[in-house]
Amino acid sequence: MSMELSDAQLVGRCRAGEAAAWNELVERFSRYVYAIAVRAYRLPEHDAEDVFQDVFARAYERLASLRDDAAIRPWLAQLTRNACVDRLRTSAREQPAEEPGAEETDATLERLDEALTVHEALEALSGDCRDILDRFFARDESYRTIGEALDLPAGTIASRISRCLGKLREQLEGRKPGPNTSGGS
Amino acid sequence: MSATSGYDEERLGELLSDLPPAPAGWVRAAQELPSARRGIDEIVERARVDSEFRVRLVADLETALAAAGYEPTDELVDAVRACLPELDQ
Repeated sequence: MSMELSDAQLVGRCRAGEAAAWNELVERFSRYVYAIAVRAYRLPEHDAEDVFQDVFARAYERLASLRDDAAIRPWLAQLTRNACVDRLRTSAREQPAEEPGAEETDATLERLDEALTVHEALEALSGDCRDILDRFFARDESYRTIGEALDLPAGTIASRISRCLGKLREQLEGRKPGPNTSGGS
Repeated sequence: MSATSGYDEERLGELLSDLPPAPAGWVRAAQELPSARRGIDEIVERARVDSEFRVRLVADLETALAAAGYEPTDELVDAVRACLPELDQ
């Protein structure tokens, strides 16, 4: 499945029953859904897993009701927020705990939205740059681990990361701002 | 704030760190949803037309699923159990 597909094209193919498209859709948004659950709503892992599966199950069942295929991202975000709030309410009845404040949650959601835009821009870079930036920042791997995995001298990792960040910045500055910038022809 | 202006290396790094990968098993389970749904539909349809199979499901769901060649995962067992009342109608 090509990464060049826009969100709308991807949703169209999912609706047509293409298994590879559904795999791609889950892959494309899995980090976003996960981060909303564990970072914005601070759900413990077992609750976050339930929310994660529930969100994609609902998305699969209700994809036909999505009015604008390009709006899959805010739609999934809303499904995830609703599922997290439901989960927090259920947990609070069973075991009262401090919930994150609404303002703080909104700020985190806004930041995650921006993070997804940056992550989407990453997809336009070369495989080497994608790999090294993802390993260092998102997977929190050390220079040594990255060097061993990619067969690169550890002393060159920092400069490669810096170069790739420069390319990512150029990529972002060449894009139009917007919530749905994941590619497309 | 524009979503695409004012990025320095530190800011980009922070934003990349904000989206760690979801656990691989969660992603795989979500990707397998369509085939799991097809499996459930298949079981429910068979139970609808095959009364003996339906009786076996009601008597011992996990054993009946395993005997029919399905892996009785918690998700599958829960999903089929949820469909059983409508089959009795």
